[in-house]
Amino acid sequence: MTQVVPPILSVTPSRALVDEKFKVLVENLPPGYPVTVRSLHNSEDKHDWEAYGHYVSDHSGVVSVSEDLSYGGTYTGKEPMGLLWSMRPVPGSRPGLRLRKMNVCTPMLVTISVHSGHEGFRDQAPLASVLTERWYMAPGIQRITNNEQGVQGTLFIPPGPGPFPGLLDMWGGGGGLLEYRAALLASHGYVSLALDYLRFDQESENLELKYFETAFNIIKDHPQVMSDRVGIFGLSLGSLVAVTLAAYSTIIKPCCIVCISSNHYYPAQGSTVASRFEGVTRQLYKARVNEDNQVIWKDVGLEFITDPSNIAEVGRINCPTLLVNGCDDQNWPTVETAEDVARLMREAGKEHLLSRLAYPDTGHLIEPPFSPHFRATTFVIHSSKEKVLLLWGGKTKPHSDAQEDSWRKILSFLQFHLYCGPCLKAKI
Amino acid sequence: MLAVSKRCFVFPCSCRAAPPGCGPHTLGRLFSAMTQVVPPILSVTPSRALVDEKFKVLVENLPPGYPVTVRSLHNSEDKHDWEAYGHYVSDHSGVVSVSEDLSYGGTYTGKEPMGLLWSMRPVPGSRPGLRLRKMNVCTPMLVTISVHSGHEGFRDQAPLASVLTERWYMAPGIQRITNNEQGVQGTLFIPPGPGPFPGLLDMWGGGGGLLEYRAALLASHGYVSLALDYLRFDQESENLELKYFETAFNIIKDHPQVMSDRVGIFGLSLGSLVAVTLAAYSTIIKPCCIVCISSNHYYPAQGSTVASRFEGVTRQLYKARVNEDNQVIWKDVGLEFITDPSNIAEVGRINCPTLLVNGCDDQNWPTVETAEDVARLMREAGKEHLLSRLAYPDTGHLIEPPFSPHFRATTFVIHSSKEKVLLLWGGKTKPHSDAQEDSWRKILSFLQFHLYCGPCLKAKI
Repeated sequence: MTQVVPPILSVTPSRALVDEKFKVLVENLPPGYPVTVRSLHNSEDKHDWEAYGHYVSDHSGVVSVSEDLSYGGTYTGKEPMGLLWSMRPVPGSRPGLRLRKMNVCTPMLVTISVHSGHEGFRDQAPLASVLTERWYMAPGIQRITNNEQGVQGTLFIPPGPGPFPGLLDMWGGGGGLLEYRAALLASHGYVSLALDYLRFDQESENLELKYFETAFNIIKDHPQVMSDRVGIFGLSLGSLVAVTLAAYSTIIKPCCIVCISSNHYYPAQGSTVASRFEGVTRQLYKARVNEDNQVIWKDVGLEFITDPSNIAEVGRINCPTLLVNGCDDQNWPTVETAEDVARLMREAGKEHLLSRLAYPDTGHLIEPPFSPHFRATTFVIHSSKEKVLLLWGGKTKPHSDAQEDSWRKILSFLQFHLYCGPCLKAKI
Repeated sequence: MLAVSKRCFVFPCSCRAAPPGCGPHTLGRLFSAMTQVVPPILSVTPSRALVDEKFKVLVENLPPGYPVTVRSLHNSEDKHDWEAYGHYVSDHSGVVSVSEDLSYGGTYTGKEPMGLLWSMRPVPGSRPGLRLRKMNVCTPMLVTISVHSGHEGFRDQAPLASVLTERWYMAPGIQRITNNEQGVQGTLFIPPGPGPFPGLLDMWGGGGGLLEYRAALLASHGYVSLALDYLRFDQESENLELKYFETAFNIIKDHPQVMSDRVGIFGLSLGSLVAVTLAAYSTIIKPCCIVCISSNHYYPAQGSTVASRFEGVTRQLYKARVNEDNQVIWKDVGLEFITDPSNIAEVGRINCPTLLVNGCDDQNWPTVETAEDVARLMREAGKEHLLSRLAYPDTGHLIEPPFSPHFRATTFVIHSSKEKVLLLWGGKTKPHSDAQEDSWRKILSFLQFHLYCGPCLKAKI
């Protein structure tokens, strides 16, 4: 019967920013009919990722992914965005894959389809399918490659006259230049510089703070940026840089900092970020490897940071600070780090500047909302060229909830400190 | 030094009661000095949408009780600037929500979430009679939404903030295919997915040429749609009459991704005449349902072509009244034609569900009288149960998809004489826009019921 009267499948909005929700609706089914709603994405590196939920239509032949409960699949229960955050590589893919958009000027294309039945739904052609676009860049955002003053990165500028607050955005120890979060922050009204900084080929004793200070000033001095409203946003190794700059720089003063998967490991002043990171990776032989052959760095990290001479003097931080961590982080002792930072800032009378978020069953890679969860992925260690399977931690559902909740709170924190509230350097 | 805080701007009263010398310009300059440091946050959600989807425009981080103007600006494909704007005052938390708040004036007043689109008109200084229609449907309509200090003279200063929004006729994954098969010229739009889909033959009015935007939008709602190019004065042929349209209909019907017993016809003005004629007279095709916007049943002689009949009408135009704004009103001429029963199509022969959508202030054709007449004839033939009629007060002839601007009178070139006239279409902007929004919803509902859900007259039982 459905050959003659296909269901009507719609995704609204069909084009959206990656942090916006959509409503997936299936109409015109027979009542009480079992279907599977599936998402499929072919990544830039040509891997297929999918998610699916099993539903049964209601008495009027409708399945509403926003309202109804999924009986099973890659997610269960009432999950409007489950078709995105529960995505994983299709069966048969090689292990350890990670999904990250490198070209932010084009949207992520996701095909949403509806299939007859639950078990074996893939055996037949879909009943209907539509295409939806997920964008990191809002219309009108300018993307500018920056090579000024030896600093490499990409600048994203919102449309409009400005002036805007600014953000220095840094990813973690994987190296390379990831632009997607900076593009998304620009879509929320911040001039954002995605900084390429973990460049093992350019070791220099003096690169330490100076490189980041120069990057910060490029943003601060931009004609469309409010110079006293520039913050720093970092994840993992990037959060270590944020904390270090806030604590030690005499040249720049961030208005606020956001640290995802906090890190305050700072064994010797004057050495570079790159060398410190390599110092960590060289100890990895000590790291535990679990029965799935996944490497756990957390304990090694815990050993490092129990030595007080190995940690940054975070009591010197003078700006509002937000720490966002996963309690199941297996890559670095981020929760212990956050506790330590709180203790040190309290001792220095700075506790009022600190906000902490800690999410249960959440891992290390806390990405923008609706991104898939990566519990363990392939990681190449620069020094040894060794390819390992690094365990990041987290369970998919709580980790995804954490991504959604933390992003909302991060945007609120940034808006408060960079757009609204008085900055420590406000002109009074 | 200025305190960079919202609190320094608590105005005890409205800007009109402000002390002398502290008018909007002064306040604007004062605020500008401050807004250099703390600009408002302007957002449009979603930033990319289909043209018939609503958006929410929000301004945050303003001082409380602050007068602003929210403005839209669009530079059309033919390089004209179109704008709309509303005057607002921020609430106690410094927020203006275009979806929720009342506009005090501008191109629209009151609570109008989409006023920034439907109330657009050419910027002051533009030449009269302009019309806004997207010819290239593969790219979005780009609209800049901006927020300005103050009400009067808001254009004198740079905006406080601005963002860009995209409005699309084509959803992602729609295929657009130029069709030249079997002598039929048009553009086919196919939704993504396996199908099969219902089909629609889509036709515009007497302006001629090929307009794809409504067909693209219908495809975005799940219909294989053929935008048909049919008023081609250079290709007159006695036999082109029904045959051309029947061939076009069959191209859709026979498409591998189309459900052959679920193909309808959608026409506006002259296009609605074609729809009615095909439904009444064709022995070859049987539409599943028809939608006629700005209904027309003028059919003076069987066998003559659509083009020649249209020229017959235009040749009588010397009789048409011209008002004091030099706008030509065809309605009365049309009324004269259709009072002669031999001049109208035998709509009693229609055998499919029919939806007529008309504007009561239509000055171009007596569409409401036509709808009354169609109702009478179908009733006499026992077919009234097939007919649905929508008639909107203060609405004109050009009933477009929702949130399109209203065109009360635009320049029109009469093919036969090459004369350029200002044709009066009618309607008042606000009621006309309400009609566009309401009728589109009802049209989609009608189409979904007859083409996706309900039993078709040719359903397999």
